[in-house]
Amino acid sequence: MLAYIVRRLLQSILVLIAVGFIAFSLFNFVGDPINNMVGVEATDAERDAARKRLGLDDPFPVQFARFAANAVQGNFGQSYRLSIPVETAIAERLPATLELVFVAAVMALAIGVPLGVYTGLHRDGAISRMLLTASLIGISLPTFLIGILLILVFSVWLGWLPSFGRGATVDLWGWETNLASWEGFKSIILPAVTLCLFQLTLLMRLVRAEMLEVLRADYIKFARARGLTNRAIHFGHALKNTLVPVITITGLQIGSLIAFAIITETVFQWPGMGLLFLQAIQFVDIPVMAAYLCLVAFIFVVINLVVDLLYYVIDPRLRLDRPGQVF
Amino acid sequence: MSEARSNQHLLSVENLRVEFPTRRGTLVAVDRISFHIDEGEVLGVVGESGAGKSLTGAAIIGLLEPPGRVAEGNIVFDGERIDDIGYEKMRRLRGNQIAMIFQDPLTSLNPLFTVGRQLTETIRTHVSIDERKARVRAIELLNEVGIPAADRRVDQYPHEFSGGMRQRVVIALALAVNPRLIIADEPTTALDVSIQAQIITLLKRLCREHGTSVMLITHDMGVIAETADRVAVMYAGRIVEIGPVGDVIKRASHPYTRGLMNSIPVIRQDIEQLVQIDGSMPRLTDIPPGCAFNPRCPKVFETCRTERPELVDVGATKAACWLYDYARRPGAGSTT
Repeated sequence: MLAYIVRRLLQSILVLIAVGFIAFSLFNFVGDPINNMVGVEATDAERDAARKRLGLDDPFPVQFARFAANAVQGNFGQSYRLSIPVETAIAERLPATLELVFVAAVMALAIGVPLGVYTGLHRDGAISRMLLTASLIGISLPTFLIGILLILVFSVWLGWLPSFGRGATVDLWGWETNLASWEGFKSIILPAVTLCLFQLTLLMRLVRAEMLEVLRADYIKFARARGLTNRAIHFGHALKNTLVPVITITGLQIGSLIAFAIITETVFQWPGMGLLFLQAIQFVDIPVMAAYLCLVAFIFVVINLVVDLLYYVIDPRLRLDRPGQVF
Repeated sequence: MSEARSNQHLLSVENLRVEFPTRRGTLVAVDRISFHIDEGEVLGVVGESGAGKSLTGAAIIGLLEPPGRVAEGNIVFDGERIDDIGYEKMRRLRGNQIAMIFQDPLTSLNPLFTVGRQLTETIRTHVSIDERKARVRAIELLNEVGIPAADRRVDQYPHEFSGGMRQRVVIALALAVNPRLIIADEPTTALDVSIQAQIITLLKRLCREHGTSVMLITHDMGVIAETADRVAVMYAGRIVEIGPVGDVIKRASHPYTRGLMNSIPVIRQDIEQLVQIDGSMPRLTDIPPGCAFNPRCPKVFETCRTERPELVDVGATKAACWLYDYARRPGAGSTT
């Protein structure tokens, strides 16, 4: 188990180095950064001085090593657009995105999994058919359209929920949160629903398909033959056997929640990282783009690591360090 | 349970008919069969695949896969009808009074739960005891089915057991609450030949010790000869012969049973070729009228092609064959 974790960690580090390399390349391939810093009328001598001062005349590997060393310490330089350190800009925005993704993921799991179990158990029921048809909407409507429709219904027509921004946040030990007050929570509902709808329907359909598969298994038949209650069979034996694929997909989807958050944040003017990233692209703010790239890669790697560890918790067959004694 | 019923059969099946409605009409997979099993008795059920053996077992324990259904007949267990008592009542009976063992021990156990957890769960479903006592009972059971170091292995997962050991666990699970009848559906088919005998011996010993009746479904006449008290031979959804195992094996009455017996190799006999029954069992969609075996029967005559034979006494056994209806067989007095 330990060997496995170490191996996975090494792989993760390799991934991060590769992403770091790509992020670093941005600086060199998207124009000469010196041009962005010195004035148009600067002389060649001034340019060379600036180049030397910033270490840009060093050989490529040295520059990359310096970038990596800084990045590991969370130092990505100055934002061209905001003129503040990139890490400060991100630190301001990160909580908003993470909170949005967290709420969306919890909603997707808390609603998607039970609906999947229900539709799996009552395959031919009227409610199941209705849910499945409705889930097609979640799968096929693009995020921005769902967001705009939700704003139209709940903000414009009904006026129940705010249509943009984070609204009132509460400062909890330096973390601006929407979840501590009802006013703040109201602001996060619409963006979170928009963001989670696709994942929710995906999870529901996945759990349903897995349940249908597992319910045909011999051990379910044997569990019935032993007289176990339906509850124990469906939620104990069957559901647990569907979890490995569900966790895999959930892990991957949390990654894409962060990615899709860019669109949702734009629709709702949610002051998160996605919005920051979009603005960075508009202004060719390379340090911010590089930092965002590295951060997202880091989050993906962490999620994958957690997913792998969860496999171990769920499926005993993967715990290879306790070799099966086969008589 | 009560004294008044002590002279009754533990299980009796009357005129059981299992149907599968399909788009192209109704398939009759089990066609009006009747038999009984007494307390402590082992009834062997033999036949080719598709003869309806497993479906009969599934019908008794109430686990026919839809759309399969019991269309006719009744199943009486311990003096009470159990084919129409509803899901919840039947569930309480399953595992508790009637248990079932399936063919493949590798897939019968849930891979994600320890063997102990699956045992205690079964015990606690039917008996109200606490987890600790259930665990003690689980270890006892594992000991009883011959699993070494049971107190340690109780916490292991199915994949840590070999095939034979898993089938022992499956038997422990079936016996967990001391059922009165075990339906064993090809319990050794998936195992190595060397393990098969062990498992059959174990099953036989445990059931004798506990006084459990067994319905042993198999296609292995050898297993039946060693284990069963009586044997029912099934063909195309019908019982063609039923009787004490010695009589059926040595003095088979039905031509199909005789064909089955002839196809078993005998070690001390030096023969060139095994005798086989020509043709194959008809599919459920085209079972011939009359006796289902008539197209393959070496002794077929006119009546066999038109009328279905019922079981009649032939010595110690019963056979469903017109050969034993002396009024109808060719050359009999009534036809002249």
